[in-house]
Amino acid sequence: MRKQTILLGTRKGFIAYRKTDNAWVLENFSFEGIPVSIAYADARNNTWWACLDHGHWGVKLHRSFDRGKTWQEMSAPAYPEGEEIKDGVPASTKYIWAMQDGGISHPHRLWLGTDPGGLFCSEDGGTSFALNTSLWNHPTRKAGWFGGGRDNPGIHSIVLDPRDANHIFIGISCAGVFESVDGGISWIIRNKGLKAEFLPDPNQETGHDPHLLIASPSNPDILWQQNHCGIFRSTDAGQQWHEISEKEGPANFGFAIAVAEDNPDQAWVAPATSDGNRIAIDGALCICRTDDGGKTWRQQRNGLPQSNCYDIVYRHALASSGDDLAFGTTTGNLFFSEDRGETWQVISNYLPMIHSVMFVV
Amino acid sequence: MAKVKFTKALKRFFPTLGEYDTHALTLPEMFQEINTKYPGIINYILDEQGHLRKHVNIFINGAVIDDRVQLTDLFEADDEIYIIQALSGG
Repeated sequence: MRKQTILLGTRKGFIAYRKTDNAWVLENFSFEGIPVSIAYADARNNTWWACLDHGHWGVKLHRSFDRGKTWQEMSAPAYPEGEEIKDGVPASTKYIWAMQDGGISHPHRLWLGTDPGGLFCSEDGGTSFALNTSLWNHPTRKAGWFGGGRDNPGIHSIVLDPRDANHIFIGISCAGVFESVDGGISWIIRNKGLKAEFLPDPNQETGHDPHLLIASPSNPDILWQQNHCGIFRSTDAGQQWHEISEKEGPANFGFAIAVAEDNPDQAWVAPATSDGNRIAIDGALCICRTDDGGKTWRQQRNGLPQSNCYDIVYRHALASSGDDLAFGTTTGNLFFSEDRGETWQVISNYLPMIHSVMFVV
Repeated sequence: MAKVKFTKALKRFFPTLGEYDTHALTLPEMFQEINTKYPGIINYILDEQGHLRKHVNIFINGAVIDDRVQLTDLFEADDEIYIIQALSGG
């Protein structure tokens, strides 16, 4: 079924657009004025979720069973008493940075990734969440993880293997990629082949900064990541990473990455100038697509602003679904393509800063 | 009994919120009491470790409290306690 709804988490609220008579129409605007870190829909039951980041009142979690008409506040993930980010610094939830359903075989399971680095799991449909202690107590955490983009380490990527719901990859900035094959009971570091040029030892075991980690739906052993230090791909479920950045082109630094549902060799990135200059390259917006697993990249600019443009695309703000692609920017522009990025149309130029974009039915 | 007053910003989430006279003798007791009257509000003011959230302030008779972690600041029966938001963000 073609997904005809786009959910947006924005700096000023939760927004849903729905395609009606071939036009994108605003269907829902909730939590007016409140930053939404992630707007998520659980495809198993069409429940919508809003992860809120109140500036003053803390992180909150709400769900809706009626496409955002009404919302119910749930218990936000909470760190148990006595847990510490590092010695002497108590742990509390600063931000919800990732949400993922637990798979069809575990219909009530939900995962949340947070700053300061805790992974939370619910087994009751999101009524309550418990900290995954094996990851939290991983021997590398206190000394080998640190903040990247945020003050503390944060889990922004949770990738579930559709063949086995107990097979999970997570991406942590900054620590890297971790894999569990037993539903989160134990974790293996999967950073081999990555580089961390910002560290004294670029080949360090942890401390890597995968801005976003994703898997190919049509072949979940093929993983992709837009990393702080380039674009990387693995064809063996994360055992070895290979850099696929474009050395003489724009596909290099950025935050977002999306992969085609039906083709493990086709993916898109949204390049920015560089680590030290986080802005559209030469004042122009482009998406880059590869059709050959990252050997080559092609620029897709048709319909995107090509002058006086300052936008970048945050890590969760680029999404693909079938031939459809959408991305939202830091300056509140929302673009849509129905031909895999060949041509782009504007949905809106006047949105708040966009944190997340998701296609849903 | 000390009088407790709240920022109007919290009324968005707890519409019936209003000032009241507390029976509590300490700030932690006061928050438990408030949470009984307005279930869930404690999680808006304190984090899960019971510490005052970064962008929330408590004033006792116009003076900001010293201990944001253990909330050990004392108050008297005729004091006024204000729970307000700090100015931040954009």
